[in-house]
Formats: sequence, C-alpha cells, structure tokens
Amino acid sequence: MRANTWAGRNKVKVRDVPDPKILNKRDAIVRITTTAICGSDLHLIDGYVPTMQDGDVIGHEFMGEVIEVGSGVPADKLRVGDRVVVPFPVACGACGACAAELYSCCENSNPNAGIAEKMFGHPVAGIFGYSHLTGGFAGGQAQYARVPFADVGPLKIESDLTDEQVLFLSDILPTGYMGAEMCDIQSTDVVAVWGAGPVGQFAMDSARVLGAAKVIAIDKEPYRLQMAERAGYTTINFEEVDVRSRLLDLTGGRGPDKCIDAVGQEATHGSAHVHAYDRVKQAVRLETERPHALRQAILSCRSGGIVSVIGVYGGLLDKFPSGAWMNRALTLRTGQCHVQRYMKPLLQRIERGEIDPTRVITHTLPLDEAERGFDIFKNKQDHCEKVVLKP
Amino acid sequence: MTRLAVREAANARQEEVQRRGRGLGWMSLGLGVAQLAAPDTVRRISGVDDSPTSRAVVPLVGARELVHAAGLLTSRRKSAWAWTRVVGDAMDLTSLGMALAHRGGRRRRRLLNVTGAVLGITVLDLLTAVQATRAKEMGSAQAVRGARRGGPMELTATTTVRKPPSEVYAFWRDLGNLPTFMAHLQEVRATGDRTSHWSASAPFGKNVEWDAEIIDEAAGEKIAWRSTGNADVPNAGTVRFVPAPDGVSTEVHVVLTYDIPGGAVGKAVAKYFGEEPHQQLDDDLRRLKQVLETGEVVRSDGAPWGKRARKEFPQRPAQPLSDSELAKGAAA
Repeated sequence: MRANTWAGRNKVKVRDVPDPKILNKRDAIVRITTTAICGSDLHLIDGYVPTMQDGDVIGHEFMGEVIEVGSGVPADKLRVGDRVVVPFPVACGACGACAAELYSCCENSNPNAGIAEKMFGHPVAGIFGYSHLTGGFAGGQAQYARVPFADVGPLKIESDLTDEQVLFLSDILPTGYMGAEMCDIQSTDVVAVWGAGPVGQFAMDSARVLGAAKVIAIDKEPYRLQMAERAGYTTINFEEVDVRSRLLDLTGGRGPDKCIDAVGQEATHGSAHVHAYDRVKQAVRLETERPHALRQAILSCRSGGIVSVIGVYGGLLDKFPSGAWMNRALTLRTGQCHVQRYMKPLLQRIERGEIDPTRVITHTLPLDEAERGFDIFKNKQDHCEKVVLKP
Repeated sequence: MTRLAVREAANARQEEVQRRGRGLGWMSLGLGVAQLAAPDTVRRISGVDDSPTSRAVVPLVGARELVHAAGLLTSRRKSAWAWTRVVGDAMDLTSLGMALAHRGGRRRRRLLNVTGAVLGITVLDLLTAVQATRAKEMGSAQAVRGARRGGPMELTATTTVRKPPSEVYAFWRDLGNLPTFMAHLQEVRATGDRTSHWSASAPFGKNVEWDAEIIDEAAGEKIAWRSTGNADVPNAGTVRFVPAPDGVSTEVHVVLTYDIPGGAVGKAVAKYFGEEPHQQLDDDLRRLKQVLETGEVVRSDGAPWGKRARKEFPQRPAQPLSDSELAKGAAA
C-alpha cells in the first residue's frame, strides 16, 4: 500500500510499504477513506519528538471501512463493513486508567512502556504514527491501518454524515473540546484561547457551546484570526498588540477567567529576543519546549482562574512562572485527549448542528501529495488551516 | 539498605553525574564554538576588545572548550573531565583578573559581568567534579562488575492488575502460564502438586533447565518457590498478591533471587540481565498485566514480537511487516 512516512527531520515521503496484518486477536484492519495532517505531526517532522525512525508511517487522524477483524473482536462491537472513525490513542478498555476514562494514559497499549516511563515517570498509551515512545504503531496517513483493541476505540458512523463532518472526532475536535471542558466554563466566563489553528478553533467552538460569555482568539496569522472572527470570536494579533494589556482591556482589567493553550512546544514569541533565547536552548536540547503561550496564559489569567493545556509538550521547559501560578491560586489542567470519552457526545453535537467541524478544512489533497500538504501547512502558505488527505 | 538497594542508589547517583557532565559538555561546546566563530563579539562583550593579546587568547580558550566538550560528551569518565573544566576556569579567572587590573569605565563593567558569570560556572563545575569523584568512590561500576563475577542477585518488582487476587493467584499458580509473560522462560511443567520442571531460553545460558518446588503458599495471597537439585543457576522467588485500595485490583509484589555462578553460564546470565537487571522483571510484570487484563501481550509494528522483543530498542520502523518478515519472526 501507499503510506506517508517519516524520512528524517523536515522530510516526509510517500512510499510503498507492506499492507498491515492482524498481530493481536483484538485487531481490525481499516481501509482508510479520509485522513488528515495534524499540528502535532509538525513536532515530529521538526524533530522535537524523540524515537522516530526512518520509515515510520505517520498520521493519527483517520477513518474508513473495516475490512478484517481478529478472532477476539466480538461481532456486536465491530464487523467487516462497518464505517468507523478511529481515536488517536490506543486504549485497552480494561486497565485502571481506562476504567477511569483516562484513555490516553492506558497502562497496556504501549509495547514500549519502559521507555515512556523513563521519560515521563509513568508510561503513556500507544498513539498511531507518533514515535516509538508511544508504541511504534504504524499511522493512518496510508491506505490501510491496523487498529488494536478494535472492540474499544473505533466509533461506528451509522448516519449519512460525510467523512469531513466526522473525521475530526479522531483527535482535534475532542482535543479542543477537552480543553474547554477542563475550564469548568460558567456563563459569566471570558475564555481566551492561544492558537487559532484547528485545535484552537475547536476549543473556541467548544467554549461557545459550553456557554462562555465571550471567547477570545490569540494568534499572529491574519487568516487564522479571520476564521475565528467569522465564527464570532474576538481576536488579538500578538504581533500587533501587547496581548496582556489587550486582554485586560477586553475584561475590565480582570484578565480572562479561563485560558486555553492550544499551541504547545513550538510557540513563536512576539518579542524576538525571548524567542531567540528559547530557540537556542531548544536547539542545543537544554530545554525541549518554547513555552511562550503557556507563560503568557499563566500571567494573563485572572486570579483563581484555570489554565487548560492541550498544546503538546514533550520534555522539559524553563522559566515556568511558578510565582504567578502559586500566589494567584491558578489551576493548571492538562492531558493528551481521552478521545474515546468524547466521541459519542460530540458526534451528537455534530448531528444536532451545534458544531460544524468542516469549517477548518482549507485543503483536500490526494495522499500522494502529503509532502506538499506538510509543506504548505507548516509554512502557513496559501492560508492553510487544515489539510485533509484522500488515500 | 540491602546490597541491591545500595547498588541502585549508586547507579542513580552515577546517572545524575553522567547527565550533569553532559550538560556541562554542551555548554563547553556552545562557548567553544562562539569563541572560535565570533571571537571579536566575544572580546567586545568581555570588554577586552582593546587588547591585541586577547585576539590570540580568545580562540585558544575556545579550542580548549571544545576539548572539554569532546571529553564530557563522549567519555563516561565524567569526573576526570569535569576537573579539567575546573582547571580551565582557574585559568580564565586568572586572565580576567589580569585584564581587570588594566581596565576602567564601560570595559571594566563588562569585564566584571563576564567574571561574575565565569565564577558562577566555576561553582557549577566544582560541584559536578566533586560529585563525580564521590560517585566513583561509591563504586557503582565495581558493584555491577561484581554481579558479573557471580554472587547473589536480588530483583524486586511490582505492578497492579485490575483483577481480584484470587484470579491473579490462580493464573500464577498454574505455573505453565509463567512463560507467557516471563521473557527468559521457555517452558514450566508441573511434575507434582508442588514440584515443577523449568527451562530457560538460549539468551539465558544454553539450555538451562532445573527443577523447582513450592516451599510456601497461601491460596490467593502468596507463592514462594526455589530451585532444587543441581541447578546451573540456583534461584528462588516469592510473589505476594495484595488487594489494592480500590477494592477490585491486585498488587503483585515479586522478589526473585539468583545465585549467579562464575564461568560461562554466569557470564551469559549477567549478559542477559545487562546493566539494568530490574528492567527485565519490570517488563515481565507489564506483560503479566497485559495478558490478564487484555488477553495477550500487546504488539505494534515497531515492536511486533511480544515477549521475545526483550529489548525495546533498537526496534524496526513503525510500518507493517512483510509476509516474509512475519514468517521469520513467527519462527524465531
């Protein structure tokens, strides 16, 4: 089959690889109909996620048709012919973490748990196409994929919604939603979202449907801010104004009640000096993150507020504003999304028309043009917000 | 502390030293490159851009930094290399002191700043050097070598399985199940109510087989066993099944003791356990949990061989296996 693979830093390559096979009894093989490039894939190609290997099939947002199931998948859970969206974390459904609905922390789904444990203190779940640290599972920017624990993760789509309407249930919609949910949003809340990429946009939509009084988008790309503005949100361009003072203006001096970091480890900073400082430290691996968005969110949030982090961090950061965090009674919440927890309720919201996930799609390309897709997405060319790939 | 705990503490300290040493190595590299690539900038920042001597000295210091970097980044003997940095610091401080005596105004302020920074680095270097020397004295390296020469080795590990103690106990008590999750075991066959015959796979030493007997057990709580007769590697083990606070799970606590002999078998066993012997048992228990909670050992494209993937790295790329790879792996 054809598959998009990691071929070194800043290099992806679509190549021929063997078709996937059943390796465990509870596996299924899915023929992929639609897949996508995620912002977190950029961390892989920028080289900030360790343990990538030349030839790794990447991609963790995919859906398609079940063409084969293992002997351990009960027929009432999944059958050949089912149309499914596959959640990006691999989760067993039986361990303590899964019982607590903390699917992205599944204790059994990562065959390389020993390595993850060394890095993170405790192991994390397997993730499709996202390094060997998270299991070494081949990803979904391909024609076919092997899906372990197929009786637990995949969400069956039985209505006539299009692929584009439901594909993002695999990652970015639940991720954005979890970012908003962690904010315990009240009807009086002003919610500020750092990053107006696809996850940020969905965090904004989710804050809206959860009843926030006002939603503010912070980014530097005018076209991304326009996309947020069209959806009804207030915008701040951090290259044009000082974010903290603008946020104070917009909130009568209180600061946003809830802040969502939808940027993560490769933020750009408005001030070139600070950016250069973190960039250099990151380059020589003295820190793995450029956490400007997180620092700014913590400093901007009103006292007693919540800072919710859904942007990806992978290692160590410094200049963490612990003084602001502690003395102003802030709550910091975070996690890789526990996608399995949110798929069904969010599918219902899509069916009811409360959220339109297709609004972020700007490009649809054939899988063979994945390289170009990465290029325009990474370099924010051609007003690129979200690239969908068709195998 | 038990002998094992002492060794682990020494190992932890050694790791810390290695990490700090590498950190200093990277710093040396950065400083060295800056001094060689942009000596004039460095001279200006340091306030010595008026001195012709500094034109020659700064790149020399840069070259020296690269030597520190190479040593600290590539050698495991961090203590010696950290001391070379301390000596280098002393040289730098002497030069800075001489330069300070002849400067005033803006240049003097810059020199003072740089001297302050170098003093800070010196403190860091001294701390690392002293720590590295102490870690060496604690002799973690010797301890590991000791295990290779033979002697008792005790391993402990624990995991929590989301199944009741009676079930986890029953699975373990059926000794034939042990090879499904313990990497080194090929087969365990019950030969009587409390006696059994065990065989271990090649990496553990060639065709190692032995008899064992259960010496103590309490249903649902505990099993203790030991090898009998002339085992090549005399060993014993205890596993306890303790109800977890959540009321549904079981804490599994395992202690294994191997009396590692000298000679070829001992060497093979030591090689099998490698630098981090407890990692093997941790992985065994991870697989026990997978088998009990999910039905089998979890495989991925990067690590497709279940318990035979004894070492997680290096592993194959995360892309599907070809038919021939699959056939080869299944036969291995």
